[in-house]
Parts: sequence; structure tokens; C-alpha cells
Amino acid sequence: MAALPKDLAANPILSRWITVHRDGTVDLRVGKVELGQGILTALAQIAADELGVGLASVRMRAAGPDGPDEGVTAGSMSVTDAGAAVRVAAANVRALFAGRPFAEHADEVDLDVPADPDVPLNAAGALVGRDVPRLDLPDKVYGRPRYLQDMRLPGQLFGRVIRPPSRGAALVSVDYPTDLTVVRDGSFLGVIGPDEAVVVRAAEALRAASVWREHDSLPDENDLGKFLRDGPHEILAVADDGETPPPDDATLTAIYSRPFLAHASIAPSCGIARWTADDHVEVWSHSQGVYPLGRAIAGALGLDPGNVEVRHVEGAGCYGHNAADDAAFDAVLLARAVPGVPVQVLWSRQDELSWAPFASAMTADVIATLGADGRISSWRYDVFSQGHLARPGYAGVPGLLAATTLAAPADYPAAVDPSAASGHGTMRNAVPGYDVPRRRITGHRLLETPIRSSAMRALGAFLNVFAIESFLDEAAERAGRDALAYRLEHLTDPRGRRVLETAAEAAGWGRSLPEGTGLGIGYARYKGRGGYCAVVARVAADADVRVERLTIAVDVGRVINPDGVRNQIEGGAVQATSWTVRERVRFDRRQVTSVDWLSYPILRFSEVPSVDVTLVESPGDPSAGAGEAAQGPTAAAVGNAVAAAIGVRVRDLPITTDAVVAAIDRMA
Amino acid sequence: MTTTITVNGEPRDIDADPGTPLLYALRNDLGLLGARFGCGVGVCGACMVHVDGTPVPSCDTPLWSLRGKSVVTVEGLSPHPVQEAFLDGQAAQCGYCVTGIVMTAAALLERDAEPSREAVMSALDRHLCRCGAQQRMVEAVLQAGRRDSDSDSDSDSDSDSDRSSGTGTEA
Ligand code: FES
Ligand code: FES
Repeated sequence: MAALPKDLAANPILSRWITVHRDGTVDLRVGKVELGQGILTALAQIAADELGVGLASVRMRAAGPDGPDEGVTAGSMSVTDAGAAVRVAAANVRALFAGRPFAEHADEVDLDVPADPDVPLNAAGALVGRDVPRLDLPDKVYGRPRYLQDMRLPGQLFGRVIRPPSRGAALVSVDYPTDLTVVRDGSFLGVIGPDEAVVVRAAEALRAASVWREHDSLPDENDLGKFLRDGPHEILAVADDGETPPPDDATLTAIYSRPFLAHASIAPSCGIARWTADDHVEVWSHSQGVYPLGRAIAGALGLDPGNVEVRHVEGAGCYGHNAADDAAFDAVLLARAVPGVPVQVLWSRQDELSWAPFASAMTADVIATLGADGRISSWRYDVFSQGHLARPGYAGVPGLLAATTLAAPADYPAAVDPSAASGHGTMRNAVPGYDVPRRRITGHRLLETPIRSSAMRALGAFLNVFAIESFLDEAAERAGRDALAYRLEHLTDPRGRRVLETAAEAAGWGRSLPEGTGLGIGYARYKGRGGYCAVVARVAADADVRVERLTIAVDVGRVINPDGVRNQIEGGAVQATSWTVRERVRFDRRQVTSVDWLSYPILRFSEVPSVDVTLVESPGDPSAGAGEAAQGPTAAAVGNAVAAAIGVRVRDLPITTDAVVAAIDRMA
Repeated sequence: MTTTITVNGEPRDIDADPGTPLLYALRNDLGLLGARFGCGVGVCGACMVHVDGTPVPSCDTPLWSLRGKSVVTVEGLSPHPVQEAFLDGQAAQCGYCVTGIVMTAAALLERDAEPSREAVMSALDRHLCRCGAQQRMVEAVLQAGRRDSDSDSDSDSDSDSDRSSGTGTEA
């Protein structure tokens, strides 16, 4: 007997997933959520094919208490996990109808039954593998209300939270007379009223009228390397081949780093809550996981988890654990002051950029030896980072920002790392995909996280791939080899070789380029077991550094929606280019100072590279996600292209024009 | 205090402090939720509307400044060839930035029916898109320009018709 796919095994009753209506239409409930990545469309394609109906007959229902618990939507696992579950669930439903029309038999066929793992699957679908347009985009493009920020429940009030001026600040007093409802619990301060603009002004007045006790708690932003190395750490030994480097081989070393990065979604986070009884609350959130959020809220307030009903409503683009859960909990706390009335909380741009979790700064040391033949003969890698996981409910604590500021404050321990089974955090992609002998690969995760950090797209893979792939170029140069040929010499995996060769060919690798222009290559298989991606960047460096073009080849196994994959890769690569050449969270010893789009700039229209994506087909291999495959390879390709263009290597991100000028000055 | 402004061709009375940013009036008083809050200080473009045909961020435009002027929101513009081109090219990911970008693109095409790529990029440079969908958006605007001039149709300006759609209440 075959095993049920993981998410279906956890929620085996078919009626959790699927309802068939008398008009022949089908509701599909999934626990994975739309984050702007098009997942609902891909899952609808899979379901329609297995049910043997057209796409128009399938209605996707947002995640909520009636649907399956699929944890969080993260790690590029949605197509893999939910896709497999939906496919088998839908095939079961089709088998139960046994050829009888859905419409006439909707009432007779009982879906309150467990899924059969051995159900035959439909091999020849009409939709899977096709460019199906996204189901959610018409509303978004025509400006119809669809986002949580657009939701207006009857009687809904607006709330704003006045966050402390700095980390760990305690509210001493606040003196501002107002007719609006002010909520204070310890250092948690908020205001509620019927007119949003008035509430925003009142929040500003409250901020001005509040007195806080503050202290310095942040590390020195100009010496993050020291901060990351000082510890104490948890040691993460992921590979040790136990052999010492050949003593006569040449040693090559390099240190790479990236700063803290912000999610910086285009919309600030939002949450809506309504208390329907003393011990029962309804929540609407753009969280990545409605069930985990509900359990965290229940834990924070001592409620029965079944009495916190969280429903997903779409928000703006989500690239990991941002402030969505925090905003939901803010709404829960404020709405408690107005029982029965829904309260919508929207964060400010400043709070979004300073209080949401960040992607941790990281630094990595590579020490390798090269044999007489130029090949890598040993590989020692040490990477230092804060943890990459502080989602709601992790480590047995709520993990919700406001909970730490209440009169009875919840602990907010340091971020941890996802397990090896979930693909690691600090150590994600820390093991090179190449055939290198005598490896010793060790992570050093800080036990304290003075700057709040959690999961952001690719987690540690972004810096690890940047470091490994930059180093490969440095080693190739030392060995007097072409960067592509050198990689291929160290790579036997045929799917990896194929994306490298495809991207290089499409980018015109090896052809001559104008002065001041360079090509660079970067490659990785995400998590060592997900999608393969190779990126060739073309960079022009004269007065400034411009990434002109990214030529990308990806292999993500069985593709559900080719254009959707291309869209995800393009977006991931452009965002990663922005991380690579622009972004850095700034702070002083008290608080984050990059709080707006001027102090935290991201790439603009005139600065984005053109992106060309080739899908390398591998239909016999299981589907892998596409949302996080391109980030590390893009950073590496850009860094390598800068080095190729001007002969200077920048090992510390971001590779701004200033950083390049400084590197040139150091060389001179 | 009541301020009267013309929105999507109709005079509308708004009972609010005249210093209130237009964005709040649109979203909460008029139920026009297509202009979106992103930064509140005029630098991201998510809240773009037309004021007398010019793209203006509604988040930092006070009501008093709009007396006697004509505001068009994305609801008043829809459906527009730029929107069709966005859907044809699947030129979005989360879509939150899109309505603002559509407003600026539509105003550009009004001025310059077949803009160059550079002209499109420079017009859209005041907009931020965090999802990285810029390339498809530029393509879509170019496409809409070409399509418009091919069809040699009559004027595509809809600013005098009221086609506002949703009122934005959802349960
Ligand atoms: S919200 Fe108006 S420009 Fe950002
Ligand atoms: S599509 Fe998400 S911000 Fe532009």
C-alpha cells in the first residue's frame, strides 16, 4: 500500500479538502496560502485535472478553520506538499463518483471518508503543464477589493499601535486626552476609532505624548563580523569527512558577508480581529500559516486553540516571516477592548521596516586547498549567523511581537534554525553541490538575537551560495581555468550540468564583451534537493555598477504552470539583485534607522535588469518550488560579473557603487 | 466639514477634516479601495490617482487642495487597455503595486501613445514593486501602447464616465 502524501496523511478526511456542489462546481480548501506566488492557481490546475473538470468548476477557498492544517506556506514546498495532497484527494473524489456526474450525485457521495492512498492518478491532464493565467490577478489589476487591507466588515473600527521608540523600551507614562478608545497593557499602546485618518493622527499625538525608558541593546552595525563571531554559538556540524588537507597543496582563503535585510513588502502588515465571546476570537490575517498563528495567539492569551479561528485573506507579497502574524495579534489585543466589534490594524511603513523580523546578517570563511591539477583538494567552511526561524509558536513561546511588551510579558527567545529535514537555516546550501573531497562544514548560530531575525526567502542559502560560488570563481582564477569549465570539472550531477550549460549558452558565455562589462555565473540546487538554477549576470561598471541582464536556466522537475515558474524566478532574481547591490538594514545602538524607502532603498524600474528564463524540462522528476531557487545564484553571478568587469572582487554585500570604489582604492 | 470634489466624473461630498489625505476619503468614505496604502508619504506610488489627468499620490494630497479639480481612480479608469495588457502578460505577482502603476501608465499613454521603453521606465520610476515584476510591467505598457495605436479607435479616455465598481464590503 502506498503512503498518503504528507499533508493528506495529516488531514485524511476528503471533506476537509473538497466539497462538491449540486451545480457540479467544486470547492477546494487548502492550508497553503496565496502570497503573490500564484500557488492557488497551480493547485486549482492539479485539482481540475484529477477531478476531470474545467478550471472554471473549481473554486479555491482561502485557508481557514474549515480546511486542512498544512502548517506554514514556506520553503518552496507548496507545490511539492499541497500539490501531492490535492492530487490524491481529488483523484479519490473522482473515484468515489465513479463516472457519475458531479451535479446529480453531489448529495449522495459521502466525502466524510479517509483518502485511499492507492487511488489511480490521472496521467493525462489538460491543465497541468500549461500556462494558465492566475485566478487572483483580475481583481488585483482592476482594483477590486481583495486584500486584507481592503476588507471592511460591518461596524469595523480602525486601530493603530504606537510601538516603542527602540528595542526593549518601557512605557513610563502617556498623557493625551482623547475621545477615542486607548488601549494600554504594560508597554503595549494602541488606539481605536471609527475614522481611520483620525486614528492615524491620534496615534501620532499619543506617540508624542508618551514617555519611554530606553537603553542600548543593539550590536555595532559597522562591525557585524565581530558581533556574529563573538558568540556564544550553537555549533552545527553538517559535514566532516575527517581528513586533513593535503599538506603540499596551495591554500586559498576568503571571507564573505551580508548585512541584515528587510522583507520590505510594498504594503504594511494588516490584521483584523473580532471577539465574539470572552474566550472566543475570530482573526483575519495574511499569515503564512493560519493554524500555527491561531495556536500562538491562544498560547499567548491562555485560550483554547479551538476558540481562535484564523482565516487567511491575501496581502501584498510575502517573502517569509514578516509582520503579518504580529499585526494579527495587535488586532486581537485592540479588539478585546471593543467586544463584538471588528478592528482592523494596519502597520505604518516605519514600523514595517523597523519592527518586522529581518533576515539575519551572516558571514562565512572559506579555506580550501587546490591540488597541482588546480582542482579543489579540501574544503573547510565556517558560517556565522543568527537563527532563521522565529515563527509564531516556535520554541514553545508565542513569537508574537506585542506579547513581549504586555504587563505580563512573554519571553522572546533567540531565533533558532529549521531542522535538517526542513532544509536547515544557517546551513541551508552550506554544503557545496560540487564533488569536493575532505570537507569540514560547520555553522555557528548565535544564541542571542538582539536584532529580531526569522525566515526570509532562501534563508542561509543566499549568503552560502554567494560565498561558495564567489569562491569557486576565485579558485578557478587561481587555477587558471574558465569559471564555467571549472564548475563542470567539479560537478557530476547531470541536471546541474544541464542548467549551467544552458544558461551559459543562452548568455553567450565566452564571447568578448565591451570594456567595463563582465559576465559572471552562479549555480546551486536549492537545499541540495530542490530546484536547480544557474544564473549568468551581465554587469556594466563605469560611473556606477549596473546589472544589465540575468540569463537563467532552471529545472524544477514536473512543472505545473510554466509561466508561473518563470514569473517566480524572474521576481526572485530581481529581488535578489536588489539585496545584492542595494540593501542593508541600518541601525544605531538603540534602534533601526532605515525606516523608509529613502533609507532602505530597493531597486527601481530604471535599475532592474532584464531577465531571461529558460525552463529545462525534467517532467519525470517530482515538482520542486521555484520561489527560492534563484536568490543565491543571482547574488553570486552578480558578484562574479563585477569581478569580471573591473577586476575587483567585493566579498561583502551589498555591492554598491561605493563598495566597488572602496575595493578599487584598497587594491591601488 | 464638508469638501466637495469630483471623483470619477461625479461630485462627491466628503465630511472630513480638509487636511485629510484623499486616500482615506477614497477608501473609507467613498468605498473606492483600488488606490492602496503603501508608505503614506508619496514615495511608493501604490496610491496613485489622476488629478486633472496627472498622476498624483493620493496619500499626501489633502482634500482641500482638490476643490474644483477632477479625480479619477482606477475604478473610474477600468477597464483600460493597460490593464488588459497586464493580464495578458501576467505582469504582476502580489499585485499590490499594480493599480498605482496602471494609473501612471495610463496617463503616460494619454500623453504619448507609443512611448519608448526608456520613457516607460522613467515614468514608472516613481513606483516601487517589491516582487520584482518590473520587466513584465514595462512590456505590458509597451504592448498597450502598440495595441492602442493599431486599433486606431476613438478616444480611450474614460474620465467622464463613472464606472466605479466594487464598494468594497466583504464579509
Ligand atoms: S502610499 Fe502613497 S505613495 Fe506610497
Ligand atoms: S507585484 Fe508585488 S509589489 Fe509589485
